[in-house]
Amino acid sequence: MKERIQKVSYYPGCSLRGTARDYAKSVEAVCDMLDIELQELADWNCCGATAAHSLNKRVAINLAGRNVMLAEQAGKDMVVPCPLCFNRLKTAERELTGERKDLYDVKIKGGKIQIWDLATFLARGEILDRIKELKARELGHLKAVCYYGCMASRPPKITGEKRYEDPVSMDLIISALGVKVRPWSHKTDCCGASHVVARPDLVSKLVGKLFERAFRAGANCIIVSCQMCHANLDLYQERIMKEQGLKGSLPVFYFTELIGLALGHKDARKWIKMHFVDSSALLADGLEGALA
Amino acid sequence: MEIGEKSFTENSDAIKEELHKLLKVSSCFQCRRCTNGCPVTFAMDLYPDEVIRRVAMGQLDRVMKCSTIWICSSCETCTTRCPNEVDIAAVMDFLKESAVRSGIQPPERKTLAFHESFLKEIEKRGRVFEGGLMQSYMLRSGELFSKVKNGSIWEDVKMGQRLFFKGRLPLLPERIKGRREVRDLMKGQRGPSSK
Repeated sequence: MKERIQKVSYYPGCSLRGTARDYAKSVEAVCDMLDIELQELADWNCCGATAAHSLNKRVAINLAGRNVMLAEQAGKDMVVPCPLCFNRLKTAERELTGERKDLYDVKIKGGKIQIWDLATFLARGEILDRIKELKARELGHLKAVCYYGCMASRPPKITGEKRYEDPVSMDLIISALGVKVRPWSHKTDCCGASHVVARPDLVSKLVGKLFERAFRAGANCIIVSCQMCHANLDLYQERIMKEQGLKGSLPVFYFTELIGLALGHKDARKWIKMHFVDSSALLADGLEGALA
Repeated sequence: MEIGEKSFTENSDAIKEELHKLLKVSSCFQCRRCTNGCPVTFAMDLYPDEVIRRVAMGQLDRVMKCSTIWICSSCETCTTRCPNEVDIAAVMDFLKESAVRSGIQPPERKTLAFHESFLKEIEKRGRVFEGGLMQSYMLRSGELFSKVKNGSIWEDVKMGQRLFFKGRLPLLPERIKGRREVRDLMKGQRGPSSK
């Protein structure tokens, strides 16, 4: 067995067990290829998401905090693929080590482990070098915009992101794969997230604007790191394009799926086939036989 | 939370401390940067800067009833850009929580129903099972009835089927071992009456 360069705790979050299984599969496979051993946090619970912080701050911090506590017990740095989970866990960590920690029912030590947004974790120099080293094919025919959404960057006092108006983690990874990354204006604009359930009209307007700007930037696909963004941009794309008077289609990929594709993982195409927007024509172009 | 358990309209010292000291509403000098960067102002009845101003002036009844606090998508752009470190997004959360505790029917009832269904899921299993969440939301929000009535329910059914055939809709939920622990951590979530 080869020696693993890094062992980390892994907090998948609820969506990755359901509608975002495509993301989960690509995350797990790609980390394995990059010699990162993901050790799933034992008995993790839901981070509470938007529902908890909207209705009860104490519950929100308690729920997210329990996972931070478990991660401290596991004793390793933890990666979180879902930016909302990441944001909630970081918020709890801050609150539970702050002045008002006694308001809550969970106790943590703080400063023992680091909680990472997965894209930020994978965009570090050593991992980028490894990606370049293992790269099996060029994806030069893809013209992508990287869409970060809100929660991995904002607010910076929680996320620790220095370039919160112009994050670059996915740009670094995706360009390392040979993809042409286009500059664009809407990297960190909001997709509407869970409003898609009760107020789909809001999401339609917000996502419509993203599509329009992505087209204007000359992109033929969008890269994301958030499963909520992915759901809103992919599952509802056909309807939103129609509602917002737009023509065309924009396949939406998780950044980990593209890593898998470029590194030649045998299942990469299977993950991508779990999306709603068809990308077979786009991917076939320039990848002669490689993905057949 | 201690603060929320008092009647919000009392405008007690604890509430003032939360809003003024921690969330810094009185530091606002009305530059409107929050409103200018907000992606969802088109659907709001009060702009974010107006909410902050009214809170600073003590018009809490008005702001607890506005749709803005529910339309806010918690994208945190306002909080990030505020030059005076007013935590605007946290004020929105504080007002939602206070409105629910005060028994105010929010103008965005379906959004509240979604949040409540979501928390119910966590209480039940420690994790959210998306299939269960959607069923519970449909019933709680009344969407099931209205969607069956206008026929749009078929779009949801088709979406579910498609997700299922793509292998993205598990039929069985996961439950964690620490369910009781999680339930304890969620105690008091519906205010003093459920304690």
